[in-house]
Amino acid sequence: MEGVETHRGIVATLDRANVDTDQIIPKQYLKSIKRTGFETGLFSDWRYLPDGTLSPEFELNQERFRRATVLVTRNNFGCGSSREHAVWAIVQYGFKAVIAPRVDRAAGRVPAFADIFAGNAVKNGLLTIQLSEDEVQAIFGMVERFPGLEMTIDLPEQRVILHMDEEESFRFDIAPAVKEHLIRGLDDIAITLEHSAAIDAYEAKTAASG
Amino acid sequence: MAKTLFEKLWDAHVVEVLPDGTSLLYIDRHLVHEVTSPQAFEGLRMADRSVRQPGKTFATMDHNVPTDDRDNIADPVSKAQIEALVENCSDSGVTLYGLDSDKQGIVHVMGPEQGLTLPGMTIVCGDSHTSTHGAFGTLAFGIGTSEVEHVLATQTLRQTKADTCKVEFTGKLQKGVTAKDMILKLIGMIGTAGGTGYVLEYAGEAIRALSMEERMTVCNMTIEGGARAGMIAPDETTIEYFTAREREFAPKGEALERAIAYWRSLPSDPDATFDREITVEVDKIVPQVTWGTSPGMVTDVTACVPGPDALPDFNRVDVERALEYMGLTAGTPITDIKIDTVFLGSCTNSRIEDLRRAAALIEGRKVAEGVRMLVVPGSEPVRKQAESEGLDAIFKASGAEWRFAGCSMCLAMNPDQLQPGERCASTSNRNFEGRQGKGGRTHLVSPEMAVAAAVEGHFVDVRTFV
Ligand code: SF4
Repeated sequence: MEGVETHRGIVATLDRANVDTDQIIPKQYLKSIKRTGFETGLFSDWRYLPDGTLSPEFELNQERFRRATVLVTRNNFGCGSSREHAVWAIVQYGFKAVIAPRVDRAAGRVPAFADIFAGNAVKNGLLTIQLSEDEVQAIFGMVERFPGLEMTIDLPEQRVILHMDEEESFRFDIAPAVKEHLIRGLDDIAITLEHSAAIDAYEAKTAASG
Repeated sequence: MAKTLFEKLWDAHVVEVLPDGTSLLYIDRHLVHEVTSPQAFEGLRMADRSVRQPGKTFATMDHNVPTDDRDNIADPVSKAQIEALVENCSDSGVTLYGLDSDKQGIVHVMGPEQGLTLPGMTIVCGDSHTSTHGAFGTLAFGIGTSEVEHVLATQTLRQTKADTCKVEFTGKLQKGVTAKDMILKLIGMIGTAGGTGYVLEYAGEAIRALSMEERMTVCNMTIEGGARAGMIAPDETTIEYFTAREREFAPKGEALERAIAYWRSLPSDPDATFDREITVEVDKIVPQVTWGTSPGMVTDVTACVPGPDALPDFNRVDVERALEYMGLTAGTPITDIKIDTVFLGSCTNSRIEDLRRAAALIEGRKVAEGVRMLVVPGSEPVRKQAESEGLDAIFKASGAEWRFAGCSMCLAMNPDQLQPGERCASTSNRNFEGRQGKGGRTHLVSPEMAVAAAVEGHFVDVRTFV
């Protein structure tokens, strides 16, 4: 995996909450044993008409979003199944980042991304950025006002910058471990294997006591 | 210091705290299935790495397998995936319960059945319903394929410690109300993201009163509430699961005695504190039915389909979309909703007790005209047990189809699928758009509610269905 520091690209919006991974990539695409080719399955139940042509109704099929690389959507994106195919499909389609809001409800806080999805995203270099509900709402508005709106994501500075006549920018939080992982494009397994001695010791200890 | 069950398991499994603040957590048991593992095995091969602990890794095939004719898999892509698992397991020395094994089944049914799931363990699988195993007092959660590869290579995972949340179920369930209704009710209360970032511990007298299988139903759907893991402290019911019957991989004799002594030390200390606590009064729970396209869109069988105005916790557009997809109008009584299909199965409700309760209710009755009912046991041992008790005969006599074990219409990856517009009463765990087949409409219910709907052709309050 390659590291990412900054990315600039067109923003697309998908105005739906609780988008589950069954929607992101339906099951028929999970039969593949390869790691590539999942972009055709992305949002396929929404994206295609029964005859296989692109549905003009679906947001991402609109001309203005065709070359988008940043997806802005609503809360709890990626809930449901643990299928990493969902992240592969998003990345292979061309998205570099997904932005969603955390939402405060009477019943508690609703996060932007489901846990397993967010974890899978990091492993594949896909940025998942959580902003406030107001900030995401503002971006939805800007995308409507400025067709082809571009955004820069500055990971080291933890900022997203919207390129309009007058630039606007929002700061985001990110766990330090995740940030470093993304910037350096680390191979987790290689790093963990450096701790093999500790794993050996743990196994020896538990075998003796167990 | 007083610790919760989760903290005890966490502390016992930390190999090392890493400089970035995450912990390297040891994994005792790794369960593998055909859909989320091929790319992980391929990753290992490409990096010239091997499976560190094949003896702690067990595989089965469930998601993509046919439940009728098992000898001929028509779809070549499905077949290739199944063959890949056979090859990957034999190359790496991992035990596989494949289509030719009498232990094959849905991975979360197979694990406990064989004694692979033991209290105090950490268990992972490339499947979000790994939370099921938490019923035994394990720390069990679903992972993605990159993490599957990580566990295969290192037998560990890098994890950040979750917050703890205690869910106390107080009181006693009414007759006809089940573990499935308890968990659906909780998800309705907290929402599908309400548990994100937490490990839930289910406690209280209503949990203590549940059998192991019912506890698995509760823990299974933890992920539908956004939490990756849910757990229940081991007690006499848990211990009996291992003493009443020998299970192949569970300790025996003196080793079992020692294990039991350890299991008894696991429950949360009385003065342990949780980051959050939720109470659910179960006396007030009535049978639950989902009406929308997310498990949080759930209501009482006695209620009507709600509209966006009644649901401040949802975005208006999402409710409108869900109603449109489901072909429902706000204000329609739930009991007026007619169904075409009934699916009794999945890792939520396909164990022997589920089948027994469903069979007892359907015996001497018929599946309504025009309704198709599919009964899919969770594992081959469950199927054989059910057949030895004559349950298959009861289902068939009532007009239901009886199948081999697998995930089947829970995710409809095999040929068991809904047609567009078809409406299903399903004992599974997800009612997402298209989950059971493109355009299909899913209502999640308990096995009892599913049977009652099958017989009447529409939802009925199973409490009045005797
Ligand atoms: S039965 Fe359904 S939820 Fe359970 S493992 Fe299979 S597909 Fe997943």
